[in-house]
Amino acid sequence: MGISRRKFLKVTSGIVGGGVAAELGILNVDTAAAAAKAGKVPIKSGRQIPSICPYCAVGCGQIVTVDDAGVIVDIQGNPDSPINQGTLCPKGAATLQLVKNEQRWNTVKYRAPGSDRWEEKSLDWAMSRIAELTKKTRDANFNEFQDMPDGKGGTIRKRVMNTYALASLGGATMDNEWNYLHQKLMHALGVVYLENQARI
Amino acid sequence: MGSNMAECHPVAFRWPLKAKTDHGAVLMHVDPRFTRTSAACDVHVPIRAGSDIVFLGAIINHVINSRRWNEDPFYREYVVNYTNAATLVNPDFKGTEELDGVFSGLAPDGKSYANASWSYQRNPAPGKGKGGLGPFSDLLLQQLPGRPKTDPTMQDPHCVLQIIKRHYARYTPALVEKVCGCSPEQFIKVAQTMLENSGREKTANITYAVGWTQHTVGVQIIRAAAMLQALLGNIGRPGGGVLALRGHATIQGSTDIATLYHSLPAYLNMPDGRKKHDSLKDFILTEAGPVATSYWGNYPKFAVSYFKAQFGAAATAENDYGYDYHPKITGDHSHMPMMLDMGAGKIKGFFVMGQNPAVGGQNARLQRKALAKLDWMVVRDYFETETASFWRNSPEILSGELKPADIKTEVFFLPAAAVAEMEGSFTNTQRLLQQHDKAADPPGDARSDSWFTYHLGKRLQAMYRDSGNPLDWGIRNLAWDYEPEAKEVAPWRIKDEPSAYRVLKEINGYTVADGKPLATFANLKEDGTTACGAWIYTGVVPEEGKNNAARRKPDEWISPNWGFAWPANRHIMYNRASADSQGRPWSEAKKLVMWDPDADSGTKDPAGNPVRGKWIAPSGEGIDFQPTKAPAMVGKDAALGFDWLSGNDAFIMRADGKAWLFAPAGLVDGPLPAHYEPYESPVANRVYRQQSNPVAKVWRTEGNVYHGVADPKYPIVVSTYRVTEHHLSGTMSRWLPWLAELMPELFCEVSPELAAEKGIRNAGYVTIVTARGEIEARALVTRRIKPFVIDGKKVHEIGLPWHWGWQGNAKGDVANDLSAMVGDPNVSIHEGKVFTCDIRAGRKGGRS
Repeated sequence: MGISRRKFLKVTSGIVGGGVAAELGILNVDTAAAAAKAGKVPIKSGRQIPSICPYCAVGCGQIVTVDDAGVIVDIQGNPDSPINQGTLCPKGAATLQLVKNEQRWNTVKYRAPGSDRWEEKSLDWAMSRIAELTKKTRDANFNEFQDMPDGKGGTIRKRVMNTYALASLGGATMDNEWNYLHQKLMHALGVVYLENQARI
Repeated sequence: MGSNMAECHPVAFRWPLKAKTDHGAVLMHVDPRFTRTSAACDVHVPIRAGSDIVFLGAIINHVINSRRWNEDPFYREYVVNYTNAATLVNPDFKGTEELDGVFSGLAPDGKSYANASWSYQRNPAPGKGKGGLGPFSDLLLQQLPGRPKTDPTMQDPHCVLQIIKRHYARYTPALVEKVCGCSPEQFIKVAQTMLENSGREKTANITYAVGWTQHTVGVQIIRAAAMLQALLGNIGRPGGGVLALRGHATIQGSTDIATLYHSLPAYLNMPDGRKKHDSLKDFILTEAGPVATSYWGNYPKFAVSYFKAQFGAAATAENDYGYDYHPKITGDHSHMPMMLDMGAGKIKGFFVMGQNPAVGGQNARLQRKALAKLDWMVVRDYFETETASFWRNSPEILSGELKPADIKTEVFFLPAAAVAEMEGSFTNTQRLLQQHDKAADPPGDARSDSWFTYHLGKRLQAMYRDSGNPLDWGIRNLAWDYEPEAKEVAPWRIKDEPSAYRVLKEINGYTVADGKPLATFANLKEDGTTACGAWIYTGVVPEEGKNNAARRKPDEWISPNWGFAWPANRHIMYNRASADSQGRPWSEAKKLVMWDPDADSGTKDPAGNPVRGKWIAPSGEGIDFQPTKAPAMVGKDAALGFDWLSGNDAFIMRADGKAWLFAPAGLVDGPLPAHYEPYESPVANRVYRQQSNPVAKVWRTEGNVYHGVADPKYPIVVSTYRVTEHHLSGTMSRWLPWLAELMPELFCEVSPELAAEKGIRNAGYVTIVTARGEIEARALVTRRIKPFVIDGKKVHEIGLPWHWGWQGNAKGDVANDLSAMVGDPNVSIHEGKVFTCDIRAGRKGGRS
């Protein structure tokens, strides 16, 4: 696949890589030369772990490189992937900055009702408080039965076993495993306002 | 169409480019804007946003009246055998030609359809089938409909092909020019290229994205494409099909294993208080009855196995497998009504995980104000998103409209692990499951999303453990044990992450007695002896310890040993249609699945001799058909599933085994796509008297005001879109220095003609206004955008990317402050791709 793939990269790099520069009006960029140069950038060495790009749904393969201290030091396209053959788009190529980012919050933050600031809290305290609020909200707003239209202008009492007081949004960027666990728990609690980005 | 693939899915776009450079494929882009995709295509045809059904309907009209389509036997063989073109429809059916733009069955108030008149003509119902299949299947056997009537000559005036011919007769090149705004020559070029490149030797593909879905006729646009592809013989074959380009890493997985209100995992419907769903039996008969003659005839197995996965040992035949304790929906609980109900104070507690409705939500201002009505909210993300910070520095706070002291919402921010910091699987836009391994622990208190939900569930179960209240039965008896094995967490600091493998194994399904994974969904049972979270994923863990999502052996084509494509590693759905009616490949160039009459089927006849004949796929592709059903085999009338289907019924998930050119059921806004104007449009509908989709979802409520048709205050069409450097609401891109620097600021694409009319200069500020909100952006005056002449009237369009908000490194106004909550009636998606606005030079508040 080697030769044909190099040729392929050369053909496509003008679109995927060079397009950005052209858009910004930076002229006289030799995209073929830039692509060749990019190929010589040393890839950081370390343990390589197969991963998948977190952005769109194309599913590009990535390789996460971890140094001897167990720290993620690089994220590149996986050349074995039949989907992307080692290439990534600007977002995929920036994935490392999603992991190593000074602005990333690594502790629990809490904002009390009416407050104008965040406070630091422990993870255990937050989990405990969230569980307590979930139970309290559910128990105070649970519907065993509801009168539903019977199609003849009247109503009929139906067993609905739900709550309209809890809602959940999100899921299309998370794992399949999380989606499974979350729908399972939400259904067990009677939650019906359950939605994610697939709707929009 | 409906996609800017080069910009939004650039790595995938390498493949059409390769088809062009290596194989001479013709690439055509039909889109209102000239984009990076247009630049790389052979043809770009600009059409007015929201006119897609006219364009597609006219291609259908062109195709079915063409000499090629009527004379080449390929099309007839494909269409007669694999689509419902020959099926006869109820004579009571009336279409848009007879009813001036609507279909028969519209309720007197014009807000909903009854679809009885859209049904097939049928032969008498069969006698009761042989029982003994199972408690629910035996009941299904007793309510089977008769087979649909057909006219294989396709001449009967009530047959689907004739209905389609009449329906699309007025969709002519002249109408395209009038409504879409492109020339008849441009249209003919596209239609003829599609036709000439579809047939025995060649296939054509249609690719779309949210440019087609975010409309009040979104589902019908995609149906029009599917109809065209079925008529051209392009479904189930390599290089054919209709490809959806989706936008999040596992948006497919989160649809399959739905965190969506209307669906249980694997496309079982949610129990619904509005339907006859009073018991598990009612639920199964209501849902499976109309589809029992398709592979959905196995619905009882899927449903019972789902409840067994949910409630484990507590789910028994005696208690209907816990059905009574499962919630029912009672209406539309989707995103938009959810946020409106939140604004009305109905919702108290809110989990927002990996989504940012303060920016990404339609009529985002209204959604932010809804957050202020909550008692509490949990946000899980990497950064302090706009949703997390709405109470602190949103535009409503800065303007003084809301004050932090008045917002009683208790807000929790829990830091999330990055993908590289957890183990799990994603399902890509081609239904391919791929595993990502854990490379490092997440920092500090960051945890995987599964950790959060698992531990919340464990805490809640402990709190409800001693409850004697029957309303708590569901949470008390939830099967909730995903403790990791020691070796799974040995390398890591965090020891209490749930086992991703155990979750995936439950999704896959297992035998209850011994806990062994199921190799195939054919092994599922309706008697409670199997448990399965999502039957379509069965086979991803075919045996203990084996994860097919983690397979990483590529090849030069299908790559059957790279990941796992649901269902059953079938990469091209309905691939029985890649062979002709006798099971032979249509051509050498397009061979995929074929019938081998001499192959050992693996079964024996009553005399003990091996039965010959089975479907094969030399590429290793999974076969989307009953493995040993010969092409000439005729299905049994009194039977379920595969036993009902015949050897040419390639579309095994449809109740008649055919691709539906005409949809007798399943859609709420008509059996055929018809052109309606967007809910907000600068022009009247020139095709029918009916202006917009009569059953579109509208929410007339404070703060969600709509513009009128050809509203003089809002004469300009606006489309929202994305750029390659940012991801959706920007949470995963605006905080990244490289991406923020590449695309730092909100801009608005404006044509030179509109710029001249409004005194807008390139790179200057403009203010864009709707009845919902007002934002400012930099103007990008470009010939990529052009005004259309629609039926003699000039219509301006502008383009507006929507990635920005007030947080992160790249800041800008929220484009969704302009959009309205209005939706497709089938799926409740909003109309973000076309609404109306006004634009003026200068900044908000009159600054320049």
